[in-house]
Amino acid sequence: MAINIKVNGTAQSVDVDDDTPTLWVLRDVLGMTGTKFGCGRALCGACTIHVDGKPVRSCITPISAVAGKRITTIEAIGGTTAGKKIQQAWIALEVPQCGYCQSGQIMAATALLADNPHPTDSDIDRAMSGNICRCGTYVRIREGIKRAAQGSVNDKKVA
Amino acid sequence: MTKKWPDMTGDRVIDVVERDSVDLSRRRFLSVSAAAGGGLLIGFMAVPSIRDADAAQSVAGEPFTPNAFIRIGSDGQIVLTMPYVEMGQGTYTSIPMLIAEELEVDLKQVQLEAAPPNEKLYANPLLGVQATGNSNAVRGAWQPLRQAGATARTMLVSAAAKRWNVEPASCRAQSGEVLHAPTGRKIKYGDLAADASRMPVPENVALKPRKDFKLIGTPAKRLDTPSKVNGTAVYGIDVRPPGVKIATLAQSPVFGGRVKSVDDTKAKAVKGVHQIVRLDDAVAVVADHMGAAKKGLAALEIEWDDGPLAKLTTDAIVGELEKATLNSGAVAQNIGNVETAMATAVTKVEATYEVPFLAHATMEPMNCTVHVRKDGCEIWVGSQALARAQATAAKTTGLPLDKVVVHNHLIGGGFGRRLEIDGVTRAVQIAMQTEGPVKVVWTREEDIQHDMYRPCFLDRISAGLDDKGMPVAWSNRFAGSSIIARWLPPGFNKGLDPDTTEGAIDLVYALPNLHVEYLRVEPPGIPTAFWRSVGPSHNVFVTESFIDELAVAAKQDPVAYRRALLDKTPRAKAVLDLAAQKAGWGKPLPAGVGRGVSVQFVFATYLAQVAEVEVSKEGAVRVRRVVCAVDCGTVVNPDTVRAQIQSAIIFGITAALHGEITLKGGRIEQSNFHDYQMLRMNEAPAIEVYIMNSAEPPGGMGEAGTSAITPAVTNAIFAATGKRIRKLPVAKQAAVT
Repeated sequence: MAINIKVNGTAQSVDVDDDTPTLWVLRDVLGMTGTKFGCGRALCGACTIHVDGKPVRSCITPISAVAGKRITTIEAIGGTTAGKKIQQAWIALEVPQCGYCQSGQIMAATALLADNPHPTDSDIDRAMSGNICRCGTYVRIREGIKRAAQGSVNDKKVA
Repeated sequence: MTKKWPDMTGDRVIDVVERDSVDLSRRRFLSVSAAAGGGLLIGFMAVPSIRDADAAQSVAGEPFTPNAFIRIGSDGQIVLTMPYVEMGQGTYTSIPMLIAEELEVDLKQVQLEAAPPNEKLYANPLLGVQATGNSNAVRGAWQPLRQAGATARTMLVSAAAKRWNVEPASCRAQSGEVLHAPTGRKIKYGDLAADASRMPVPENVALKPRKDFKLIGTPAKRLDTPSKVNGTAVYGIDVRPPGVKIATLAQSPVFGGRVKSVDDTKAKAVKGVHQIVRLDDAVAVVADHMGAAKKGLAALEIEWDDGPLAKLTTDAIVGELEKATLNSGAVAQNIGNVETAMATAVTKVEATYEVPFLAHATMEPMNCTVHVRKDGCEIWVGSQALARAQATAAKTTGLPLDKVVVHNHLIGGGFGRRLEIDGVTRAVQIAMQTEGPVKVVWTREEDIQHDMYRPCFLDRISAGLDDKGMPVAWSNRFAGSSIIARWLPPGFNKGLDPDTTEGAIDLVYALPNLHVEYLRVEPPGIPTAFWRSVGPSHNVFVTESFIDELAVAAKQDPVAYRRALLDKTPRAKAVLDLAAQKAGWGKPLPAGVGRGVSVQFVFATYLAQVAEVEVSKEGAVRVRRVVCAVDCGTVVNPDTVRAQIQSAIIFGITAALHGEITLKGGRIEQSNFHDYQMLRMNEAPAIEVYIMNSAEPPGGMGEAGTSAITPAVTNAIFAATGKRIRKLPVAKQAAVT
């Protein structure tokens, strides 16, 4: 049975089992490969997307749970004020190395910043400790969030 | 060669000291021809590393075959083809900087083309295979790339001078043009390229003096960053050839086991599942998407024949190492006479050290996409060893090598894992039974449980101290797997290989009597592989912990004790001094907090670290701060050096505190990030990196930071608690009792 979802503003209809994790619908059915697979058990955060603006681990979120909700992925996060600032800070500070986990890091960091324009170190710890980076870019991720926060980030989405 | 010892540190890394230009028998490593379509093509040999000059010598007598090319087209395009891959280490930015510097062009003007798989053409002369590893890309490229760039520049200038009928000396290259200064005439490189290819190849080219460097030593933006922040970067796991299906697999949970029977009735009923592929030792489910493939896999009922290793445990493997080290091994290094010296010692110190198996756990799980047709095979993968990927596909399918096309992609973490091609072999086996292209994606559980592991090692180490507490004898005997013996058999000679012993021999310290032995003991059936910082990941932990033990036995400060042994290695002493000074060594710390230090010379780089570690009463360890001083010779891209050290330190702390792969009943006990833990944001220390000002050739940077951090952390735990960590990981051991 087809399931209707809305990804980055576009309505989509997919014919998969209800319990199919959203990650695989995005990557394999819709071909949106920016969202990454890391663990399949919500342990690493590589698959983080936003559902109605909140960070969600798409690898354990059944597609039926996001039907009718607003899904935002890394491909469109630059269209939000906070996302744009995070991406710019990431480039300015050369945060990524292999880069594989960075989609998830950026989605988590954007959600933090949109919710809390001036996060403290412990806010950053809380929001970001679910996201593993095997290249160990944590020092720069922390700096990147602070850099992005320095600009007056408006928590209102523009897209 | 003149050399000035660093009088300044920090952000400025370019020295004004001039180094004599070294001509590594240029003609042997360079060829010039006309490029197809009219242009200049310079082929040259990217030698793996300055330290491996011996290896370079070995190819001297053989006909020269270039393994890297610069092409300057008549349209002015400059393309560099090189045999290295990008896996986050910044090579795709650092390497082009070397060419751009000598060619007098903007970094943006150099386009990079990764070499296609071709073992014959692109083999690394040291390794004999086309591979990126051992932190040798910039080390190996340093001299030949600059020489090739300078040769191209010289020939372009000659071509312009000839056209204008003026002296070449009155012309100079700048910003992609040749300029005749007296008249202000200019010609673009593209317009000169064809002529340049017909000019005589200069016997000697002058490399730019360091003071004229515009790019080398200046932070350059990494070229791959923008695509990595917006989801457009394409890793191996992201490829989607038309009609691709997704497969996931279960391999025998016991190494060497076989599939006995499969009931796939339920799996086949899963929506989206197309096919169940049965191999001797694995079963794969092919589906429309990974969700269906995983669901299908879970629905399979597989009975395994566990085979002969069904009872294998970690204890049994370590027991073999213990037993082996009772006998003597191959002598890796001998200086003086340890036995005689030991007899004169006032104090004797002995210890046994142990390090565990480790998994790579790259964030991008193992994957490979393959399309096998009757007449050919196409592969999409992120690999550190392309030609091997191609070769295994040819062998597995029975197709000729030239019928196998490999597309390389960005690597979501290598760390040595993607020097192996087991995942390619597996994917080809599955694709041979599948219509159309199939992307084989391993679950994280498969990725951890069917990794090829950093081997476990056991060391028996002892030293004798004189009446002042200084070491007069140092003896180390250790046992474990040799990766080189499998991966590159000719590299394993007389019971030794250069990797397994690196960091255990050629120590920075002045030790008048030293004896180091190695015993190759392979764990039965458990595949071992290179892991970031390879041999030193084990050896530096042992050596730098034990020197700390000697300082304690001598009742001396660990930094002062090391310093007294470093007169003959001033670069080591300089990094130690700097790290100690910046870390505030000796300044008081609260109870439960300690500082630990380490010094090393591996991958041709000197590095010292001071870790500040806090240990709770319950034994929870938190690394608060790490100070690292590094002398990696000339720095090409300082920001990449910093990034690599930050990265290597986190990687090393992860393993030191948490990393351990264990076996029970022949099965790997860990499966995902809940039981094979990674350091996370809330555990990440502040990291300070200080780069020495050096005119020496570049050293390796991708791995050195990893081996150094482990003993710095465990020595700090000792300082904080009095508990000496001789077995990794630290987890659970640090509790104050």
